[in-house]
Amino acid sequence: MLEVTLRHRYGRDGFGIEAGFTLPEAGVTALFGPSGCGKSTILAVVAGLLRPDFGRVVLDGAVLLDTAASVSVPPERRRCGVVFQEARLFPHLSVASNLRYGLKRAPPDAEGPGFAEVVELLGIEPLLPRRPAALSGGERQRVALGRALLARPRLLLMDEPLAALDAARRAEVLPFLARLRDAARLPILYVTHALEEVDALADRLVLLQSGRVLAEGSVEDLATRTDLPLAARRDAGAVLACTVAGAEDGLTRLDFAGGSLVAVMRAEAVGTRLRLRIRARDVAVATEEPRGLSTRNILAAEIAAISPGSGPQEVFLQLAIGPSTLLARVTQDSVSRLGLRPGLRVWALLKAVTFDHLGGAR
Amino acid sequence: MELTAEEWLAVRLSLEVALRSVALGLVPGVAVAVLLVRGRFPGRFLLDALVHLPLVVPPVVVGWALLMLFGLRGPIGAPLHDWFGIRLVFTTEGAALATAVMSFPLIVRAVRLGLEHVDPGLEAAARTLGAGWWDRFLTITLPLMAPGILAGAVTAFAAGLGEFGAVITFASNIPGETQTLPLAIYTATQSPGGEAVAARLAGISLALAVAGLLLAELIARRMHVLLGRV
Repeated sequence: MLEVTLRHRYGRDGFGIEAGFTLPEAGVTALFGPSGCGKSTILAVVAGLLRPDFGRVVLDGAVLLDTAASVSVPPERRRCGVVFQEARLFPHLSVASNLRYGLKRAPPDAEGPGFAEVVELLGIEPLLPRRPAALSGGERQRVALGRALLARPRLLLMDEPLAALDAARRAEVLPFLARLRDAARLPILYVTHALEEVDALADRLVLLQSGRVLAEGSVEDLATRTDLPLAARRDAGAVLACTVAGAEDGLTRLDFAGGSLVAVMRAEAVGTRLRLRIRARDVAVATEEPRGLSTRNILAAEIAAISPGSGPQEVFLQLAIGPSTLLARVTQDSVSRLGLRPGLRVWALLKAVTFDHLGGAR
Repeated sequence: MELTAEEWLAVRLSLEVALRSVALGLVPGVAVAVLLVRGRFPGRFLLDALVHLPLVVPPVVVGWALLMLFGLRGPIGAPLHDWFGIRLVFTTEGAALATAVMSFPLIVRAVRLGLEHVDPGLEAAARTLGAGWWDRFLTITLPLMAPGILAGAVTAFAAGLGEFGAVITFASNIPGETQTLPLAIYTATQSPGGEAVAARLAGISLALAVAGLLLAELIARRMHVLLGRV
């Protein structure tokens, strides 16, 4: 477990950060927020590359930083693997030597996946004899992931590892990140400002704004909170953990806690766990069971709450379907016309084709 | 073109003095460059100025200062002579020392340029991978600044072949001991009928300088390939 508390100010009247959060034993915690909210600073403090005005960092009971007690373990002895935005591979060393750089310096009793295993996991076997200059951006980032993992860290820190890549390269690297997360069995702190990456990779979310922690919790829980800046985004909506249950008529059936959905055909095998982001603007409600509709997904739900939306004439409906919650964005007019109120039984309508916006496998 | 034994001696001595001066100045040059680029300590500007002094002070004055410090009664020269039996004035070693002091700023400047091209982010990455200060200096910083070190060494060597004022002041003009090429050329111009000798030696000086530059260019290209910059 990682516990982080810090306070830091750049210059006398500069940007200030005051944040604290904890990371569980394993799994990905995303530090999410707009550029300049202090997420990279927090990561640098945990890695030991920046000393804050005040701070305390404890990893699995070992104090890495405690400014009050003048304790600061240098980065080379913290065993925090870091993946930087710009790969930072050593240009004068081959890919194989880059990968072995941390491995050679890891304590002999440190446990972790072996060289061959990591090379296989990231599909970088053909790159081993090459120099970093001869790699594409995506390949470089995959090697950087391997290098960090092979240093046998106790914690992996990722500082916007996909931000420097174009969309195609991001799509190339993302599945490898997911594989690494599943293989590493380490706590991972993942800094990003891209919601797709949160949906695809993160278990928990720490939401930052102007150097303060706004909220922390599971990705699913925070996604349906309408009081957070997440709700103001165009892609605001619920995140549902689903399992591929079967395929029929060119559609895939996905089960979630409390019901099931059909989506356009997915390539994943039956039993694969996925995460769906169901955007609030793609969900409509009806007070009577609709008939003769092209919409495939008509789910019985109950209005759990009605909260102010991001626009003046808009509201968010929180729809309870069993233990799961969906978010729907409707107009104030619809609320009064249909007499929507908490506790009312309604039907949630979702077109099957609206699931093109998907998180990766989990 | 026939060279006399004495002229050959001057050529060989020049090469030896220049080589020794580089050997003497390279490690301290790298150390001072690292201190100046990465160090944060009071007196950094003073060190910077001190290192660059030989560039702006007349070489004769540098030679004189060395004479004061390393002379047989100087504060450094006396203990060196009394305790270790080392005498620097009027010796080949002394000529190398004078040359090293003169070319020291050239080494520091070139190494500094090389070091400024090394991304500190790479050193930070090496740190997170478990490399301590010396470890990452030797495995990351030093190889990546090698082109700067090489450039500094070659420039210092080439300049060292031609050092005159400081050498003649500190080490004097002794054939076979401290009479390097420029000193031999000077001596030739001062003696009646020495024009032909001076011309031959000047030609050799020129050839050595050009050969040095070509060699440096060749090695620099190799190095860029080795460092993965192509």
